[in-house]
Amino acid sequence: MSELAQSGAPVRSARLRLSAELWRRPWLKVVALLALPVLAFAVVYLGSLVALFISSFWQVDAFTGKIVHTWTFANFSSLIHDPVYRRIAFRTIWIAAAVTVADAILAFPLAYFMARLAPPRLRALLFVLVLLPLWTSYLVRIYAWRTILAKDGALNWALNGLGLPDANLAYTNTAMWIVFSYVWLPFMVLPVYAALERIPDSYLEASQDLGGRSWRTFRSVILPLALPGIVAGSIFTFSLTLGDFITPALVGGANSQFIGNVVHSYVGISNNVPLAAAFAVVPVIVMAVYLLVAKRLGAFEAL
Amino acid sequence: MRKQHRHVLGWAAAALVVGALALVAAGCGGSSSSSSGGTTTNGGNTSGQASIGKGEGKLNLIEWPYYSDPSFAKKFTQQTGCVIQRKDAGSSNEMVALMRAGGGGGGGQWDLVSASGDASLRLIKGGDVQPVNVNLIPQWKRFIPIFKSPAHNTVDGVHYGVSVQWGPNVLLYNNTKIKPGPTNWNALYDSKYKGQITIPNNPIQIADAAFYLQHSNPSLGITDPYELNKKQFDATVNLLKQQKKLVKLYWNYDTDGRSAFANGDVSLGAIWPVDTLALQAKKVPVTEVIPKEGATGWADTWMLAKKAPHPNCAYKWMKYVTTPQVQAQQALVFGETPVNPQACPFMNKIQAGSCAKYHLNEPLSYYNTIKFWKTPIADCGNGKNDCMDYNAWQKAWTEITG
Repeated sequence: MSELAQSGAPVRSARLRLSAELWRRPWLKVVALLALPVLAFAVVYLGSLVALFISSFWQVDAFTGKIVHTWTFANFSSLIHDPVYRRIAFRTIWIAAAVTVADAILAFPLAYFMARLAPPRLRALLFVLVLLPLWTSYLVRIYAWRTILAKDGALNWALNGLGLPDANLAYTNTAMWIVFSYVWLPFMVLPVYAALERIPDSYLEASQDLGGRSWRTFRSVILPLALPGIVAGSIFTFSLTLGDFITPALVGGANSQFIGNVVHSYVGISNNVPLAAAFAVVPVIVMAVYLLVAKRLGAFEAL
Repeated sequence: MRKQHRHVLGWAAAALVVGALALVAAGCGGSSSSSSGGTTTNGGNTSGQASIGKGEGKLNLIEWPYYSDPSFAKKFTQQTGCVIQRKDAGSSNEMVALMRAGGGGGGGQWDLVSASGDASLRLIKGGDVQPVNVNLIPQWKRFIPIFKSPAHNTVDGVHYGVSVQWGPNVLLYNNTKIKPGPTNWNALYDSKYKGQITIPNNPIQIADAAFYLQHSNPSLGITDPYELNKKQFDATVNLLKQQKKLVKLYWNYDTDGRSAFANGDVSLGAIWPVDTLALQAKKVPVTEVIPKEGATGWADTWMLAKKAPHPNCAYKWMKYVTTPQVQAQQALVFGETPVNPQACPFMNKIQAGSCAKYHLNEPLSYYNTIKFWKTPIADCGNGKNDCMDYNAWQKAWTEITG
């Protein structure tokens, strides 16, 4: 008995001392808990952003294709003065916005039904259905859409069967818009669902008691309370579209280059990393502005 | 019940965020950056090592898919003991990026790269590859003459690798939709075919337009589609901007162009013989043409990385893949043409008539109609240093397609 107690004693006392120490100095607990993630965030995430920003001020030697480490604004000035980059940036942002709007319109009724009307079993089933596409690779889904939208594809086959002419959607910006809206839809449904589910029934009853008809209740009670959820979802749909280059490369046509495609080809084709880095700063700025607006609208409380 | 429910939702949201981050990370993964090289251009007039020593047991390749296909590479490993580790690249540009990462040809990670002509000069000028002693490659003397010291892999008489295979860029059309079939490159600039055309998404495509202008507009004085002065270049870019209105798809990978043909989205375009064969095998009614003015083409070179960790195995590989038998095997695996004409009977043995089908038995005059890819540089040999370089080509290409 006493032997046993003795052999366990040093380990136990060390552990006791540690836990006492942690209890006495709560900040130590916080440091121990957060050190690793904070370090990873600072080094991997912020570090690479800083490296990106710095290299956007360098240039490429035209002859050897090597990077020259002298400071210059030439990359940014060509981004501003060359209309092609403005055109591409504008197209990227415009389609990201269109995708966000389409997803919000599609997701809201579905999320509303799931959160407030569906019985628990049906709700669970709908959850599975919303998340099901995420079980397959993103690439597989894009290729599937390409065969659907192709000239000899399923869509035109169905349209012709109904006596309608070809839709001619393959390799167009409309095709990109459809595919993006499909691919990012789950990322909109879930936050909107969360926001709608949080609205207490009593609010709706109160609105009705005060004579609010369904439209009035929707406009003055439900929509304002769901807005943070929609904005939160839009952060996903907007930023994911903004940074994508695979969908434009696979289903886009002759007028479908995104910022990501240009960055990809400048890095890969001409090894012009500085110009690519400078162009990559554009979506960072767009997202920073977007997140500031989203914060104003309370999106982060809805996440 | 309600609380538990929210709990589940929290997990779902967390999973989504993680998924989104993973996607972003995957998206960024492709773009590895390179910073400094550290090595100087042109290793003087040294022409590579004097002899081939004992193999190091390993060989690291950056290759076009199937360029070390086990059907012929297995025997190589058995013979030499060099075990191949391969990295498939999807484009010339990916190859250059891989070779640049770390400096000196991938920082000692890679031995050989199967660079096409639009990448090879860039690798030479960037100091990523080292001279190769062609005297150690016995079959080199038997190559078709133009592939012994082509401008895209030999600078000032110093070889930076050995040619391996080549192919033309061909005009392909759907013979049920386009009648009569086009016989000239002008089809790709003809508004009659609006919305049915596909073109490679590659700056080197500017050369195809320049090649067309060389014949259709002699007053511009283009003699080499890769050596364009400002005036010739602007005229070419202008033509391509006009062409854009007709283009349905700029294909990134030839397989994308291939599926656009197969799905009926395009019926005319510039693509490679390997795609013609694949489409015909799938019973897609396509016909391939090389117009009588000729075509642009690509020729691939096995180039030796500056810091190659296994140079002896690399030399053994260059020796092996240039032998007639292996040349024939590789040509038929990939759908391309050997540089060693001795491969002809071996090709016919594997597939009757394939030597003629791949134009290996053509006279020299045929090869003169193929303008092989090479990286455009400012100093294009006229002493004036006034040609548009690859960076200008890339910028113009972005402007055209953007």
